[in-house]
Amino acid sequence: MVNKIWGSFIVIGLFYGFITGKIDMMNQEIIECGSSSFELFFSMFPMMILWSGIMKIAQEAGILEFLSRLLRPFFSLIFPELKKDDPALQYIASNLTINMLGIHNASTPFGLKAMKCLQEENPKKDTASKSMITFLVLNTSGVTLIATDILAVRSGMGSVNPTDLLLVTILATILNTTFALLMNAYLGRRER
Amino acid sequence: MNLGAFGNYVLPMVVLLIIGVALFKNVSLFDTFIEGAKDGIILGFQVFPCLLGMIFGINLLLRSHLISDILGLFSPLFSLFNFPKEILPLAFIRPISGNASFAMMIDIFKTYGVDSYLGRIAAVMQGATDTTIYVISLYFGSIGIKNIRYALKAGLFADFVTLVISVLLVSLLF
Repeated sequence: MVNKIWGSFIVIGLFYGFITGKIDMMNQEIIECGSSSFELFFSMFPMMILWSGIMKIAQEAGILEFLSRLLRPFFSLIFPELKKDDPALQYIASNLTINMLGIHNASTPFGLKAMKCLQEENPKKDTASKSMITFLVLNTSGVTLIATDILAVRSGMGSVNPTDLLLVTILATILNTTFALLMNAYLGRRER
Repeated sequence: MNLGAFGNYVLPMVVLLIIGVALFKNVSLFDTFIEGAKDGIILGFQVFPCLLGMIFGINLLLRSHLISDILGLFSPLFSLFNFPKEILPLAFIRPISGNASFAMMIDIFKTYGVDSYLGRIAAVMQGATDTTIYVISLYFGSIGIKNIRYALKAGLFADFVTLVISVLLVSLLF
């Protein structure tokens, strides 16, 4: 699936670029893609290292376990197939908490670690398990409660009251996450 | 309380809380940090190929302007439903690229104003959802999942719901 999406992005993009005469742009992209992704990588990489270190400390101090215990009722609802003390849940809990606070680069190491834990229990290694998809849906539907980057831009561009969208955004997040989880449960049941 | 200023406290507070509790619990802080940070390096190198590949594919698609051209074709249809069509390019790019959609949001701010109807929808939409394709390729790519089953469907459904909800909420509340 990822293979097909990726391939079609490239083929369709290039083809449409050709017929609309954007060959220069296409050239430029192929040449510059390496350095632009390197730039993104290097803006993330130190953050990932730092937060992997802090994550380890949080784990040793029992904070991750505390978080996952706190979210247990919610988890047993959306991850009915996982055991209550599944190690993946600790990372999922931390990933969600940090995402809620809007620190996306910091949450990525927790998310990757959670996926790795889920993969260990996954019977078919090349196929996504149900819990993996649920976790993914939680992430892509977005659980950010305070989007600090947007706040910063809005106040920087002279919004009268940059924070007046805060509650609306939280409401939108809660609603779309709920709908997405319902859809996810439905799709999961249908495919079994 | 000014919530904008509150945003500035989030990161330092998280760090303070974690390190503070760990210090209190006698965790050997620096050793543990280094141990975890080493994992972070491995993690980073594992993720980089996914990142590069995805940026390559996404940028080729974006730079061909196919998406904006298609939306241009359909724009009369959306005006018919009184739907703010200026927001559609953002809605289509949002699941594909977080950086590109962030730039588009700023563009909408510049063109229509930060506190305008469109500006507000853009901000809510950007904030209330995350980049589906990016998350799928990064998270599944890092552990070698090839068959993603219904993940894309569920993720894109979330993005669609966000679009509808953002427009509805901003229309109702402002």
